[in-house]
Amino acid sequence: MRRSMLFVPGNTPKMMTSCGFFGADAVIFDLEDAVSPTEKDAARDLVRYAIGNLHLCGSEVIVRVNSIETPMFHADLSAIVPQDPDLIMLPKTCTADDIQTLAQTLDHLEADNDLPTESVGIIALIETALGVENAFQIASASPRVKALFLGAEDLSADLHCKRTKDGFEIRYARTRLVMAARAAGIDVYDTPFTDVDDDEGLCADAALAKSLGFTGKASISPRHLGNINRCFSPTQTEVDYANEVLEALEEGKRQGRGAVALHGKMIDAPIAARAKRTLADAEQILKRGGTLA
Amino acid sequence: MNTKLVKTIREAITLAGLKDGMTISFHHHLRNGDYVLNLVMDEIAAMGIRDLTVNASALFDAHAPLLDHIRNRVVRKVQTNYISAGIGRHISAGLMDEPVEYRTHGGRPRDIALGITPIDVAFIAAPCSDRMGNCTGKYGRSACGSLGYAFPDAMYAKKVIVITDELAEYPLTGWSIPEIYVDYVVQIDAIGDPAGIVSGTTRMTRNPVALVMAHTAARVIQNSGLLHDGFSFQTGAGGATLATAMYLKQIMLRDQIHGSYAQGGITGYLVDMLNEGCFRALLDVQCFDLKAAASIRDNPNHCEVGAAQYASAGAKSSIMDSLDVAVLGATEIDTDFNVNVHTDSSGRIMGGSGGHSDAAAGSKLSIITAPLFRGRLPIVRDHVNCISTPGKDIDVLVTQAGIAVNPRREDLRERLTQAGMQVLEITRLRALAEQITGTPAPLPPAGRVIAKVIGRDGTLLDTIGERKEEE
Repeated sequence: MRRSMLFVPGNTPKMMTSCGFFGADAVIFDLEDAVSPTEKDAARDLVRYAIGNLHLCGSEVIVRVNSIETPMFHADLSAIVPQDPDLIMLPKTCTADDIQTLAQTLDHLEADNDLPTESVGIIALIETALGVENAFQIASASPRVKALFLGAEDLSADLHCKRTKDGFEIRYARTRLVMAARAAGIDVYDTPFTDVDDDEGLCADAALAKSLGFTGKASISPRHLGNINRCFSPTQTEVDYANEVLEALEEGKRQGRGAVALHGKMIDAPIAARAKRTLADAEQILKRGGTLA
Repeated sequence: MNTKLVKTIREAITLAGLKDGMTISFHHHLRNGDYVLNLVMDEIAAMGIRDLTVNASALFDAHAPLLDHIRNRVVRKVQTNYISAGIGRHISAGLMDEPVEYRTHGGRPRDIALGITPIDVAFIAAPCSDRMGNCTGKYGRSACGSLGYAFPDAMYAKKVIVITDELAEYPLTGWSIPEIYVDYVVQIDAIGDPAGIVSGTTRMTRNPVALVMAHTAARVIQNSGLLHDGFSFQTGAGGATLATAMYLKQIMLRDQIHGSYAQGGITGYLVDMLNEGCFRALLDVQCFDLKAAASIRDNPNHCEVGAAQYASAGAKSSIMDSLDVAVLGATEIDTDFNVNVHTDSSGRIMGGSGGHSDAAAGSKLSIITAPLFRGRLPIVRDHVNCISTPGKDIDVLVTQAGIAVNPRREDLRERLTQAGMQVLEITRLRALAEQITGTPAPLPPAGRVIAKVIGRDGTLLDTIGERKEEE
């Protein structure tokens, strides 16, 4: 599971060597916006070595490559894919064709490097108005697409509006992306909260994202990860309830009952599915040495 | 009118009878803003006195003119508890014929009291004094708060000269050092640069690695069985150590734990903890910032303690003996938990024990917070370059990648494990560090001994060898 994802500029060796220790479920080595044009080559080399050599304490590895229309796109993929990252983040994903282009490139690179087919997944970074409107097509363009990711800073620029802390301007995009991703059966991640010193604002923003259906949230600061992880982790009460649900279902099955109630409320299929998901999430969190919310 | 005032530092030196080969002493409460050591040494040099031993509780880069006095044989020997890197590298390069004698903040008052390191003339910079020598660091434009490290100098030196830039009307009330110990008082224009004496506020680190370590250290304390009403605590002013206090405060306020005291060098953050009820008292041997200096002046529960009461192993007791938890740093730690805080990775002097090994030995739980690596160098090593604090006194190492517990503390390992904390072998932490940095090549053999590291009980812990600049 990915509750939190930490952006790590690909040209910061000091940050890269420590990024596995902050509790992020995934780290996103960034070759795009965080890296100046003059440092693109160096960053690409650093990230390539980092994936192969760093101890990341179980954090998933995502690499944000440069976008399709740039000359760096193919160079980035050629350098990174042989290291078998978990996911490639494609910035400025606007259409299903963008995904197809990336997927075909990955097909070739996986074959060339003796990697299993579709071993590298895709996270589509949606940060344009066109991308938001095409969200479902993007989400269902390839089995490689594991998640949508909202990039609110570029999106608000594209919308000709100001990015605000309460995020009213991205409300539509948030709900639209959640709807598209869930319809396609994949995960969906919320944009980072960019005020590093505002913990209260971060918690409110993360809680809003969770309430809308997001799977998790990205961060540009390691200091945000604890609050994000807490927000997107099940509570002990939720875990206890999930256990009760499954025990009640088991008991009902033993007694040959079709319908099972818990605390006077019928347990239907969605409740059972949610209970299983909660327990699976909790197990993963505890396995990684994390704690419940 | 009875007075001990003399007009100049030179007159005081003459009256004190300072001669070739004697020992003089200084405290370091004015830190990197201190003018007094340099003023006194310049005067002594001008008077033609030579071959002195300087016993200073610490030496900072502001004291760099001392190097010329060493070259010119005004100073023959140095006894101290800490030397900053700017001076340390010259000592390491072989500047002195006689090795520096390093002690701890507790070992220095012990050896002064026992007559092992007798002082002929003590020069005590005092931000405020009256004409008879009642003096303090709590008042005056150069206020530094506590004068604790100067207490043993005042009590045991054959002659004591107070040097101040603020003369108060007699009697100065609220003195730190009373007139009974003082022979002469000199008023000068400025004893130091206030900007270098104490910082405005000690800033809480934003370094994510330090914060991860601090959070873990606070959890170790929480699960140690020691965090309950009556808890006592010492921490430093550095990144991870101070941040540990931040997380500890959250736990103490949440669980309504009322500690007994915090001790040592005091920061504004510990003052906040006192004021918010986390502790009943602060026992302050040194103030690190203006907030602490103001608090020790205004709050009767913020008490000044002398160096002997702080840490002396020779005293009938010291506050170290009642300390529950100490959070300390390290420049290196080895797989036997020995800690180096004296030299850098190339073996050159850049620090000293200060109160490190006193707190490690005295506390029921000593925690080292140290990153796995700094720059390209691993911090967990097979062997440290210098044993500042023996591994037998260290209980836990906290790094960003996890914690290791000294095998001598199986009870603690069990407690932490039962609380759900993952405890690693220290060799595993070393391997994690070296996975990133590689294994550093061993240093070339050092030259002759240029410093001796003397433990708080007077035993020789280690020696530091000469390292030429080009190595």
